[in-house]
Amino acid sequence: MSEKFNKAAETKRWIAGAIVFVILGLVGALSNSYIVSLMTIVLLFTFMGQSWNLMLGIGGQLSIGHALFVGLGAYSVGVLYLKYGISPWIGLLAGMVIAGSVGAVLAWLSFRFEVHGIYFALLTIAAAEFARIMFSGWEFVGAMQGLFFPAPTGEVDISMLRGGARFYYFVALALAAIGIAGTELISRSYLGYVWRAMRDDDEAARALGVRTFRHKILVISISAASAAAGGGILALVQGAIFPDSIMGMGISVDVLIGPVVGGLGTAFGPLVGSLAAIPLNHLMGALGDSLGIPGLNNIAYGVILISVVWFLPDGIWPAVVRGYAAIKGSLFARPLKLRKAEE
Amino acid sequence: MTTLLDVKNLTRSFGGLVAVNDVSFALAKGQITALIGPNGAGKTTCFNLVAGALKPTSGQVFFQGQSIEGAPPENVCRMGIARTFQIVRPMRDMSVLENAMVGAFSWTRNVSEARSTAYESLESVGLVGKANARTDQLTMSDRKMLEVAKALSTRPKLLLLDEVMAGLRPTEAVSVVQVLRKLAESGLTILLVEHVMRIVMEVASTVVVLHHGAKIAEGCPKDVVADPQVLESYLGAGFHA
Ligand SMILES: Nc1ncnc2c1ncn2[C@@H]1O[C@H](COP(=O)(O)OP(=O)(O)OP(=O)(O)O)[C@@H](O)[C@H]1O
Ligand SMILES: [Mg+2]
Repeated sequence: MSEKFNKAAETKRWIAGAIVFVILGLVGALSNSYIVSLMTIVLLFTFMGQSWNLMLGIGGQLSIGHALFVGLGAYSVGVLYLKYGISPWIGLLAGMVIAGSVGAVLAWLSFRFEVHGIYFALLTIAAAEFARIMFSGWEFVGAMQGLFFPAPTGEVDISMLRGGARFYYFVALALAAIGIAGTELISRSYLGYVWRAMRDDDEAARALGVRTFRHKILVISISAASAAAGGGILALVQGAIFPDSIMGMGISVDVLIGPVVGGLGTAFGPLVGSLAAIPLNHLMGALGDSLGIPGLNNIAYGVILISVVWFLPDGIWPAVVRGYAAIKGSLFARPLKLRKAEE
Repeated sequence: MTTLLDVKNLTRSFGGLVAVNDVSFALAKGQITALIGPNGAGKTTCFNLVAGALKPTSGQVFFQGQSIEGAPPENVCRMGIARTFQIVRPMRDMSVLENAMVGAFSWTRNVSEARSTAYESLESVGLVGKANARTDQLTMSDRKMLEVAKALSTRPKLLLLDEVMAGLRPTEAVSVVQVLRKLAESGLTILLVEHVMRIVMEVASTVVVLHHGAKIAEGCPKDVVADPQVLESYLGAGFHA
C-alpha cells in the first residue's frame, strides 16, 4: 500500500539530500575564496534558519529575536576561548546550554502568563534588544569594542576549531547537513507529529492529549540551542564579536529570511532560501557601496520577501517540488486505474 | 452496573447567562447515553466542562471515582476521555492519516504503532481509503468521521461525540450507528449529542434532556419522548415516537 510508497519516497529524499551535500562539498573544495566565504555564511544561516524553521514551521512558535540565541552562542565561544583559553567545542556546548535554558525560561514565563503568538514574538525581540544593550555595556565581554579572535594562521586545529576559510566552510557544511537531517528526523519522530498538531490547532491538540505547554518550551529550547551553535561558529568565522551586529535585529532577520523565502516547515527550504537571499544581499550591498546608495541590500531583502510572499506564499522550495511533480506527472501519466491497483 | 462518569451539580455561567445550570447525571460503563436539547441548551458547554476545555463555575465531575473538574484537557484526555468538536477542527496541514495518528501519541511514542492505530481508527469510521488525502479534500461528513477517528486513537474509555452524525445521509448514519454499537460492545462508554431523534431512539440506552442549561428529564428513550415537559420544550407538539 501507500506505506511502501512512502518508504521509497523517503529513501529518495535522503539520496537527493546526500547528492546536494556532495555538490556543496565540491563547491567548497574547488571554488575561489570569495565564493567559499560567501557560501560559508549561506550555510551557517541555512543551519540557523533551520533552527528557526523548526520552531515556527513545525512547532508553530514565532520568534523575531533569534539574535539573542545566536549572540549567546557567539559570546560563550568568545569569552571562554579568549579569556580562559577553553576550546570552542566546550564554548559551543556551553552556549547551547545557556541559550537553551534562556529560551526555555523565556517560553515558560511567557506561556505561564498566557502570552502567545505575536505577543510572544514581540517578547523575543524585547529580550534580544535587552541582551544587546546589556552586552554593549558589559566591560568583561568587551562592551561596544567587542571581542577579537587572533587572526587564523591557516593551520587547521580541530581540537580548537581553528583553521582557514575553507576549514570553516566545511564546518558550516557539516552543521547545515546536521540541521537538515536533524529536522527531517525530528519531524518523522513523534515530536514532529505532536508539534505539527499543536502548530495547526493548539486546543484540538490538547484535546488529543498533547501536552502543548511543555512541547512549546521544548521546541523553543531546542531551537535556541541550535541557533547558539550557529552563532558560535559565526563568531569564529567572522573573527570578531560586536554586540550590535551579533545580537542586533539584522541577525534576527537574516535567520528567518532563509526559511521564509525558501519554504516554511520544509527540510530544504532554509537552504534554498539562504542560497537565494544571502548572495543577493551581499551583491546588492557591494553594488550599493559602489553606486553610493547605502542600504540597497535592505531594499533587495524587502523586494525578495514581498515578491516571494506575493507570488509563492509557501516559499520557493514547495513551488519547485510542485513544479517537478507536475512535470513528472504529465510525462509518466498512467491510467489512474493502474496506479490505484498498485497502491 | 459500574459508574464511569459522575457529574454532580455542574454549573457554568458566562457573565449573566447560565449555560449549564446545576446539571447532574451518571454514565454507566459500556452504555451509550444521549444528551439532547434544543439549540443553545448547553450541551456543548457540558462537554467542554467534562473534557476540561472549560472550568465549571461550581459542581463536580468524577471519572472512575476521581475528581477531574478543572483539570487541563490534555490530562483529562490522558485519563481516558476523548471528545470530538461540534465545529470540526482538523489539523489543516496534516494528512487524514497524520490527523488520526496524533491521539495515539498520548500513550505511545512509537510512530509505526501510532500509524497502525490510526489505520484502525480510520477503518472503523470508514475513512481508511482517504488516509493520504488532505483534510480540505474531505466532505463535511467525512470530516466529522475524522473527528471520531482522531478521538478513537487516544484509546479512550469514554467518548464524547458532539453531533457527529449531523449532515450524514440516512444510510451513512446507519453505518455510524453500527460502529458506535460495536465500540460500546467492546466496553467503550459513549455520551453523544444528537438532534435526530430516530438515531437517539435507536442507539441510546439512556437520554438526558437539557433545556436552558438545566436537566429537565432523564431516562430510557421511550419514557423521555413521552415526557410532557420534553414534548413541550423540545420535540414540539407534532412529535410522535
Ligand atoms: N464561550 C462562551 N461564551 C459566552 N457564551 C457562551 C460560550 N459558549 C456557549 N455560550 C452560550 O451558552 C449557551 C449554551 O451553548 P452551547 O453551545 O452549550 O449549546 P448547545 O446545546 O451545544 O447548542 P447547539 O445545539 O446549538 O450546539 C448558548 O446561549 C451560548 O451562546
Ligand atoms: Mg452544541
